[in-house]
Amino acid sequence: MPKVVVDKDLLVKVAGNARLNLTDGEIKKFLPQLKDVFESFSALDEVDINSLEPSFQPIKLENVFREDVVEKCISNEDALANTPHKKDGYFKGPKVI
Amino acid sequence: MPVSDFVDSIQSGKISVVKNAEKIVKEISSKNSEFHHFNNFDSDYVLAQAEQIEKRIKAGKGGRLLGVPVSVKDCVCVKGVESRAGSKILSGYKPVFDATVIEKIKNEGAIILGKTSQDEFGFGTFSVNHTAGKIPLNPLDKTRSCGGSSGGSAGFTALTENTHVAIAESTGGSIACPASFCGVASITPTYGLVSRFGLMDYANSLDKIGSMGKSIDDALLLLDVMRGKDSKDSTSLDSKSLEKPVLKKPVVGLPKELFDAIQDDEIKEIVLKKISSAGFTAKEISLPLNTKYGVAAYYLIAMAEASTNLAKYCGMRYGLNGKLEGNFNDYFSGVRSTGFGDEAKRRVIIGTFARMSGFRDAYYLRAMKVRTKLINEFKSVFKQVDFFAFPAMPVVAPKFSEIEKLTPMENYSMDLCTVPANLAGMPHATINAGFKEKLPVGLMVMGNHLHDAKVVSFASKLEDSR
Repeated sequence: MPKVVVDKDLLVKVAGNARLNLTDGEIKKFLPQLKDVFESFSALDEVDINSLEPSFQPIKLENVFREDVVEKCISNEDALANTPHKKDGYFKGPKVI
Repeated sequence: MPVSDFVDSIQSGKISVVKNAEKIVKEISSKNSEFHHFNNFDSDYVLAQAEQIEKRIKAGKGGRLLGVPVSVKDCVCVKGVESRAGSKILSGYKPVFDATVIEKIKNEGAIILGKTSQDEFGFGTFSVNHTAGKIPLNPLDKTRSCGGSSGGSAGFTALTENTHVAIAESTGGSIACPASFCGVASITPTYGLVSRFGLMDYANSLDKIGSMGKSIDDALLLLDVMRGKDSKDSTSLDSKSLEKPVLKKPVVGLPKELFDAIQDDEIKEIVLKKISSAGFTAKEISLPLNTKYGVAAYYLIAMAEASTNLAKYCGMRYGLNGKLEGNFNDYFSGVRSTGFGDEAKRRVIIGTFARMSGFRDAYYLRAMKVRTKLINEFKSVFKQVDFFAFPAMPVVAPKFSEIEKLTPMENYSMDLCTVPANLAGMPHATINAGFKEKLPVGLMVMGNHLHDAKVVSFASKLEDSR
């Protein structure tokens, strides 16, 4: 694994990518904890993984196909039932531009 | 009373479904404020179901779970019932559909009691990492944890004096750990045996819905109802009935490195004594790679998958929301920063990093290849033995004051015994092997993929041995 310097800049950048705002208190608390976790991950470098395929699933799975036909799905009303942010049968979101 | 006997009594009219529901409602109403096993409980909802089941009985219709009270881990969607997976970010969310497992148990006449407390999205070993509800307390000692993340499931299973089974969920050990700490029986099936449709994902390639009960037979009946291929979950598998097979001279493997890594000799002695009392042939086996690398590979994969799953929580379509102001990035970040707890934030950050351009191959992909190696190690050793058996947890239920002192990495290391089976998607069951100073010690039995019925049969034999 590449040697990663877990510092405040990296932490804030990654948190930003994940759409999280961190307080100064959180940054102070998380920094040593994250360093500790990344150090433990580096143990995986010892394992010889040459010629191994990744296991994206633990058990072999087959592709599942179905006919391309419209099936019953939830109603527009149900889809909007859990939010106050809606208008004219659509979700209403924050400004994009 | 065992669930199968209870169903017979309900069917024959010896037990009134309404009176029984009233009894368990009374129990939860009087004890939940003390133990917090449920984070959503509504007595009217339970009693209304009992009245419907009574009509069903009068109409001559039965069911494998007729009138059986079932608690449901908060991360499993129940139509019309607030379901938050232990997280504030899902405050107010009432699913408009049932998870497949809920549909199945309703079809068999079960009564849903409510939603049980858990770590936020399953992120924890002690049910202390939550932002919705209160921390569930161990019924054997209220200063100690029920375990996690299915803490409420195990806590109530141990506490109740009534017939009851629990729908629980495991990603890295969230069924085996709390069952061990609370002294109840549990089954975590092969990955895919039970449909995940309607389960709020933690890590898709690891999540499994399973069961808990006062005995393996109780947990088995619930699991057998829940299993089966589902067109709504393309990873679900075809399976046969889980009727317990007769085992012909099974050989059980005792993983040397795992036993060596557990420092508490008394826990090891209790587990070994239970195994020898059943009279099975046991032999020492070696699983060095799983013991050494299981925790790191698991956490890397689990966090990477969790960080993508939690991306959908943005305060727009359901759950926690705010006033729509600022641009979309500000809005989403504001809601997410308020709604997630510390452990969710840590896992999202680590997982996001491990998937970032330039790091993905070195972290995420490497962990996935290590996983292949660890599965191969298991498969190879299963040529020598039928099952592995070992302590489910390296400790008995810790005190909350002890948990507070653990760093996140010390916390994750507690999953040493449970993580490998979960990473490999292999079936495992736990039973209570005995007690260390009045605290339960769990014994975990693990088998090869799709050997669920054999694992359960073996665990049941151990459970019966004295």
